[in-house]
Amino acid sequence: MANHTIATNVYVSFLDKKGFLSWFLTTDHKRIGILYLISISFFFLIAGTIALLMRFELLTPASDFVSPHTYNVLFTLHGSLMVFFFIVPGLAASFGNFLIPLMIGAPDVSFPKLNLASYWIYLLGTIIMLFALLQPADTGWTFYTPYSANTDADVILITLGVFVLGFSSILTGLNFIVTIHKMRAPGMTWHRLPLFIWASYATAILQLLATPVVGITLLLLIAERSLGVGFFDPAKGGDPVLFQNFFWFYSHPAVYIMIIPAMGVISEIIPVFSRKPIFGYKAIAYSSLGIAFISFLVWAHHMFTSGISEVAATIFSFLTFLVAIPTAIKVFNWVATLYKGSIELHSAMLYALGFIFLFTIGGLTGVFLGALAADIHLHDTYFIVAHMHYVMIGGTVMGFFGAIHFWYPKWFGKMFNESVAKLSWFLIFVGFNITFFPQFFLGIQGMPRRYATYPEEFQSLMALSTYGSWILGLGILIMTVNLLKGLFSVEKAPQNPYGSLSLEWQVPSPPPLENFAEIPHVTDWSYGYGKKKEVDA
Amino acid sequence: MTWIPEAASNLAGKVDGVLLVITLISIFFFVLISALLIYFAVKYRRRREDEETPYITGSEPLEILWTVIPSILLILLFVYGFVVYKEMRTPPKDSVDITVTGKQWLWTFDYYNGKKTLNELYVRQNIPVRMIMRADDVIHSFFIPAFRVKQDLLPGRYTQLWFTPTKIGTYDIFCAEYCGTGHSAMLGRVVVLSPEAYDIWEKGIGVDDGAAVASLPPAELGEKIYKEKGCNACHSIDGSIVIGTSFKGLYGRIGVLEDGSSYTADENYIMRSILEPQGEIVQGFQPVMPSFKGILSEDDITAVIAYMKTLK
Repeated sequence: MANHTIATNVYVSFLDKKGFLSWFLTTDHKRIGILYLISISFFFLIAGTIALLMRFELLTPASDFVSPHTYNVLFTLHGSLMVFFFIVPGLAASFGNFLIPLMIGAPDVSFPKLNLASYWIYLLGTIIMLFALLQPADTGWTFYTPYSANTDADVILITLGVFVLGFSSILTGLNFIVTIHKMRAPGMTWHRLPLFIWASYATAILQLLATPVVGITLLLLIAERSLGVGFFDPAKGGDPVLFQNFFWFYSHPAVYIMIIPAMGVISEIIPVFSRKPIFGYKAIAYSSLGIAFISFLVWAHHMFTSGISEVAATIFSFLTFLVAIPTAIKVFNWVATLYKGSIELHSAMLYALGFIFLFTIGGLTGVFLGALAADIHLHDTYFIVAHMHYVMIGGTVMGFFGAIHFWYPKWFGKMFNESVAKLSWFLIFVGFNITFFPQFFLGIQGMPRRYATYPEEFQSLMALSTYGSWILGLGILIMTVNLLKGLFSVEKAPQNPYGSLSLEWQVPSPPPLENFAEIPHVTDWSYGYGKKKEVDA
Repeated sequence: MTWIPEAASNLAGKVDGVLLVITLISIFFFVLISALLIYFAVKYRRRREDEETPYITGSEPLEILWTVIPSILLILLFVYGFVVYKEMRTPPKDSVDITVTGKQWLWTFDYYNGKKTLNELYVRQNIPVRMIMRADDVIHSFFIPAFRVKQDLLPGRYTQLWFTPTKIGTYDIFCAEYCGTGHSAMLGRVVVLSPEAYDIWEKGIGVDDGAAVASLPPAELGEKIYKEKGCNACHSIDGSIVIGTSFKGLYGRIGVLEDGSSYTADENYIMRSILEPQGEIVQGFQPVMPSFKGILSEDDITAVIAYMKTLK
């Protein structure tokens, strides 16, 4: 790794320029990353608050806090906002934007103006979505037909919002693919790329190839509702299961759009705080691509009870088991990286370790759902709810929080309070498990998901889950306050507080406007920690 | 409460076998990974800033090992899940056909002997049943946790599932596919009867004595209908609003309709509301009630109204 440092303390940081237009019209990838970070965090907090309201309603079996219709609206909003407005753009758009050029030694992404356009399109999607809140849909985030084609609630606006967002996702993916191909600094070969870049690359491919399908699907749904064309409604000659095939053809790869960047984050954090090279670099890099590829071929595992043929179900079950293999490889590699390390339990590292712990549970419970006979019983129960949240919160959100705590000093040039960060991590970790672990048992017991009211036999576990959500909410609140407070601290972050070898830590914090005073020459990979003796690189 | 519902069908034990094997393998890997994680994090925690760490970038034998072992296990689990699934999807030739129709938010069952029941499915112990399923409006999913069976009902297409009930008793039926406002109220029960009890049920109008039902006073008959024909899914009798209005104090109420006109809940209004529920929607409620035309007779409706009158 080139020791590229800017010796002088006087430089123009990307944060120096002030004023609304300097942000709204910026083409700087670091600023666009911040715009995304603010936007997705906003939607995360809104959708999280909605989740707390839902859990509060579920404290008792009867419908006593909100009406069943309102509850259905709440879970639709929670799901749609979390999936389309927070977690899909998520790490890729925020940290991907900030880190990709810095990590590969480039001044910016390949198409900076297109990058800004992507953000504007995202913003347009969110504005449409806010209008959709005036008469919110009650379809669930999956918009299954024929219910979504016939419900009185307004489905068109919310799907239009998601449709518009898709373009933002496609353009961002395109931009990142070209950037990673064309903008790498001299000497930054593919096998020297940080693993976050490999993960971003795999994610970008998924965004580019899968997102158009959901766009088309939602457009067909809009056409069905507004023009009465029968694509999905059997009353009009359509096929309701066709919608599910289309929808999951996107939405399953989308699961990996959500999780692969977080895997990339974990692969960056663990070596730094273990002072060890990442174990099995190539296996981790290629398994990202492997997961991306297989993820296109497993969509119907969401549909084992939907009325698809037994042959199709069997093939999709088999392919689903295949996707578990590269995922397992990654987990073993992360654990092996810790071996004989010098481990510092920084808050970012705690999130990374929390990720491995929770994501392992999320992954293993996925095996239940891939196995045909078990899935028949567990499908559409709270087992799915728990599994999905172990992957999405236990995986992606832990990765997201880890990324924020890890790159915070680099991005903002400030420090947050580390003790408070550790406390909030603990509350989030404990609260999360109390919220979602009981849901596995609820699911096995047969408690169906999306129930506004529920039989009394489920109340003790449901109430436990609600209590857990309060701890989880408190933890996130403390974390948010701590991170915001840090921005106003006087303490300046050093250039490289953790002794990382990656390129982004070799420039000042916050980075200069142009990233690198001169384009660095890369001579080694960024994981060369530890003393070479037994094994050569 | 046990960790898994009572196994009350021939398939349940087999599904539980798959669940158990995957659970054991999952616990093994979870304990292995988290034990290593915690052990490493404690044993190798940083004690001094200048600690030396070895430069280890990988180990081919180890990586092959942890690719091959999970792969083999996963393929075995796939096969096990598939073998049981194959059985779950292959009804025996001598099974009895019962048709189930899902509509927002009711289950209706049509039997080979011409009987019809609402929200309650009667089956004979140890006789295989094949459910022929369809939906009237949107997708529903027929789920009996105690039998470990689940299958979506589609509008415009038949789907099926089968089971042999093995234990006498009453078990929950849930709708597992989100189907709108009353989704969580779309509940039913499956009643597994001994061969003798089933014969009696088959001859009579229910498990109860038919003559006894016919001679019930109207209000008591109304209460029975309220519970058995699914009114209770959406209408409480204690004044709380579930999906529809509460029956408590309903009779004789004067209120305002969606279009601003007023209504009085007299006999005729209640009858119209049961048979053509979309006609007059009370302000603040969703137009979600299904019609009970053909499900409740005029005598039934008279009995329900008599029951309402007792709920002051």
